[in-house]
Amino acid sequence: MSKTTLTTQQALGSGVIIEAVHSMTGAESIAPDHMGRARVPAQGYVPQTAAAIDPALMHQVQTLLFRQAAMLDAKCWADWIALFTDDGVYWMPSNPEQTDWASQASIFAEDPLLMEVRMGRLQHPNAWSQAANWSTNHIVGNVMIEHADKDTLEVYSRFHMMELRRDNVRHFAGSYRHSLVRVGSDWKIKLQRVDMANAQGAYDYVIQAWV
Amino acid sequence: MTALDLDHLVQPDRVHRSVYTDQALFDLEMENMFEKTWVYCGHESQVKAVGDYHTLHIGRQPMVMVRDRDQSIRVLYNRCPHRGVQLCGTHSGNTGSGFVCPYHAWSFHLNGQVRAIPLAKGYDGTRMKLDDPQASMVPAARVDSYRGFVFASLSPEGPSLLDFLGEAKVAFDDMCDRSPVGEVEVVPVCHRVVQHSNWKFFMENQLDALHPSVTHQSTGVSARRIEERVKKNQGSAPLYFHYLSTFASSFDQWDSVQTVNFPYGHGILKAYMGLRPTDPDTVEYEGLLKKAYGEEKAEEYLSRSIHHVLIYPYLSVQSPLQQLRCLRPIAPDKTLSEIWHFRLKGAPEAIYRRALWYFNLVNSPATMINADDLENWTRGQWGLQSKGGEWVSFHRNMGGDTETNGVAYSNNGTSEVVMRNQFKAWQAYIRPAVQPAVSVA
Repeated sequence: MSKTTLTTQQALGSGVIIEAVHSMTGAESIAPDHMGRARVPAQGYVPQTAAAIDPALMHQVQTLLFRQAAMLDAKCWADWIALFTDDGVYWMPSNPEQTDWASQASIFAEDPLLMEVRMGRLQHPNAWSQAANWSTNHIVGNVMIEHADKDTLEVYSRFHMMELRRDNVRHFAGSYRHSLVRVGSDWKIKLQRVDMANAQGAYDYVIQAWV
Repeated sequence: MTALDLDHLVQPDRVHRSVYTDQALFDLEMENMFEKTWVYCGHESQVKAVGDYHTLHIGRQPMVMVRDRDQSIRVLYNRCPHRGVQLCGTHSGNTGSGFVCPYHAWSFHLNGQVRAIPLAKGYDGTRMKLDDPQASMVPAARVDSYRGFVFASLSPEGPSLLDFLGEAKVAFDDMCDRSPVGEVEVVPVCHRVVQHSNWKFFMENQLDALHPSVTHQSTGVSARRIEERVKKNQGSAPLYFHYLSTFASSFDQWDSVQTVNFPYGHGILKAYMGLRPTDPDTVEYEGLLKKAYGEEKAEEYLSRSIHHVLIYPYLSVQSPLQQLRCLRPIAPDKTLSEIWHFRLKGAPEAIYRRALWYFNLVNSPATMINADDLENWTRGQWGLQSKGGEWVSFHRNMGGDTETNGVAYSNNGTSEVVMRNQFKAWQAYIRPAVQPAVSVA
């Protein structure tokens, strides 16, 4: 350290002003070819909007979604499974980029038969992980009908689920995309896609029932 | 702790509960097992392109596995030598031609060598020299791979990777030999599940043939019911029902499944699912293997009797279905598991789907199987934290196994030789750290 007689008062008596200039930033000058030069692209799914939607149809769709959530929270599994067509699929992809439930690694990919296996397990008195107090509460909202014709509907919505297990509370949130088909005067679920915001986060314990 | 204490804690037929709960013992495990032995880092197909990286922990050490410009795979401490900031902040990605610290832009080649320092003349006349290793990222002491599976050891000494794996290397042979070109490729979806239990619960459970029909009774019974109905209605049921219904079985059936227990605590639970169907997809696939390897070799590969292979103390490989689970212990009562599966290169899509169904039904975060394991291990951890007893019993079939050349074959599948063998290895790792009579805590 050079020895001069500089006082703090003198040091504070002068200074520089750093202005944004048209030169490389420090990081760029060190590693001009480093990753991160490309802008971050938009990510995720923004729903389309169908043309005019009959309010009565919207009401019918919302009732289906809200009842589906209530059935899950009430553990009315058989009623919940009956909302699907015989070839219906409940699909929770591992990430939002996935497009096909049958060929890609999913968190859930279940038809009504596999749903029945899961139901049987959940109801079995020796499903040990079910021994702990376990309940959920779903909120479903932001419902939009993306596409509607006479016999099919594409519906987008968002959900939030709180889960209590023993003394622990967890939260799962994300979006639903329901592909519905008309069966008589009713609509049934042909495909329910569930994109969880925390799909690839580390799971503290696992998921036991459909979200 | 002294060597005497160690012999008290770990006896041939029982171990003291503190081995699962004590922080000082956990720290010893990290230092003397995980941070010395060969630890699985990942598959080479996870880092295909130059600059591709994957982060992981070896014991308590944050590491990054990266593809270098010369195509070799490096494993480096994920730490900037300047002020210690982690250089890679995500699980995986591509870091371009080098690493750049997000704090002060120190930059490094992909082999960890320092490349540039900002305003480098600021170090003129100081002890920090660019050619000093302390200015570069620190590499793992040893990196090696076997059939595409990359391991690193933070210790310059110890057995080679092949000596460490020993006969348990069949885990990777069995997986790769099932491909007509002898290679697998990772499917880039990693599920991560936190277990609220000591890592040893998982390792013991993997070869514990007494537990499946108890722990997994609910899923087994439910799957068997639906499977039988589908068979009755359609003549046959998809193979994946069998992945679950196989747990609806008797103790006697499980007692007939043998375990093979190797040095270093490794082991094999022999096959019990009978995965040799005769559908057209299988016939086509087996034809490809026969063409690639000849009738005899193909038959040998297809009929290897393996369910799991355990690489102690952290890896479970289910080679016939190309699944892999790797433990990263966090605390005595907290363990992260990383779950992967692989595609057999050159095999038909239908064969991949079998691995996929298993991954979805058994190994996903919505698993109908591991949910009850996790519950039992959590309750096990709580029980071992209590003073309601001091010992964990591994007495079953003690003295009833056959040992040849250091390999113990259980004559009963439910023999607790699995745990006895694992603790033999555990002691060998821990003992050098505690003798003679070095006090640790």
